[in-house]
Amino acid sequence: MSASQEHIEYVLRLGDNALILGQRMSEWCGHAPVLEEDMALANMALDLIGQARMLLTHAGRLEGQDRDEDALAFLRPEHHFRNLTLCELPNQDFARTVVRSLLFSAFQVLLLERLVKSGDEDLAAIAAKSVKETRYHLQHAGDWVVRLGDGSDESHRRTQAALDYLWPYTAEFFSPAAGDQELAAAGIGPAWSELESAWEAIVVPLLNEATLVVPAHTPFRSFGKFGRHGEHMGHLLAQMQYMQRAYPGAKW
Amino acid sequence: MLTQEQAWKVLEAVPDPEIPIVSVIELGIVREVDVAADGQLRVVVTPTYSGCPATEVIAEDIRNALLSAGAGSVSVETRLSPAWTTDWIATDAREKLRAYGIVPPGERSAGDGTQPIRFVRRQLSCPRCGSTDTARISEFGSTACKALYRCKDCLEPFEYFKPI
Repeated sequence: MSASQEHIEYVLRLGDNALILGQRMSEWCGHAPVLEEDMALANMALDLIGQARMLLTHAGRLEGQDRDEDALAFLRPEHHFRNLTLCELPNQDFARTVVRSLLFSAFQVLLLERLVKSGDEDLAAIAAKSVKETRYHLQHAGDWVVRLGDGSDESHRRTQAALDYLWPYTAEFFSPAAGDQELAAAGIGPAWSELESAWEAIVVPLLNEATLVVPAHTPFRSFGKFGRHGEHMGHLLAQMQYMQRAYPGAKW
Repeated sequence: MLTQEQAWKVLEAVPDPEIPIVSVIELGIVREVDVAADGQLRVVVTPTYSGCPATEVIAEDIRNALLSAGAGSVSVETRLSPAWTTDWIATDAREKLRAYGIVPPGERSAGDGTQPIRFVRRQLSCPRCGSTDTARISEFGSTACKALYRCKDCLEPFEYFKPI
């Protein structure tokens, strides 16, 4: 299959977001505040990793270089990953975990709803499957953000701190990438910058309901989707890729 | 050698590994069964959730059941589109789920696969005592496809198979 570099990068961005956020979320397994949340977070991590497997398999086919999902996940160096910086940030506490999930899944639902109509049929099929799962992630995160934000003094303080910390990273969702307009015109998928107002229309009312103050926009920018990651990404990959790096081709 | 009809019959007895009260047929995950001229059986399945850990076990169970029923060779293919929906769960199976303690999924709201994002809790009836005084404990239960609820009258926990 021959696809443009921009098309491959577009699918890689989607696959890497799911993979890296799935990896982060799976770190909660066995450590969540209560058993029910341990199961919820592990289940959402499984959804994300399942989505990542389909997306990376598709990206590998588009690329046509014989790289499968495993080669893309476990053998690429840091600067080849195209995930949003938001996805790689450490979990920190439960408040930061659910605020991140809200900010990301609201964006993801909008994106997937549009990708259901993609001219790339495989991508459309993956999106149709994933969007139904992601709506439940959004619902889960939205419930928790309202409950914690409009909860005790301590839960409110932590949720507001999480929002203040994460908010500047959301600018990266909407920053333009090379080839966006061409891909949108070709019917592959929307330019992410188009989704900003629809995203705010989901997120801002929820944050208001949670009695949280929506932070002001700042000049801060992150660049994970262009392959320039923060200081946490290397540590995440070291753990995720260790087995395949140390024992190439290992199976069990 | 199995005919197409016999193969469907065999699959009706293959249980879902996570919810063994229903078969893979009743769940609606077997989409096609073909027999080639040389007798090779081809089964097309669709995954329930992207990350469902039972997917590979299901393919293996299908293959083993057909082989031990006399099929010469079996291939199991995965197809994503159209995406699986809880609307494909058989009507009889819904009552089996309820008797098993799992509230069956409600209908999705629109035919095009869209559904509103809700931040309010659904009121479900307890599958044991029928009370509607129930509360959701978690949006995710023992598997991604179920939510965990509690009945405030009989105090028993129960699961809800979420519409998707």
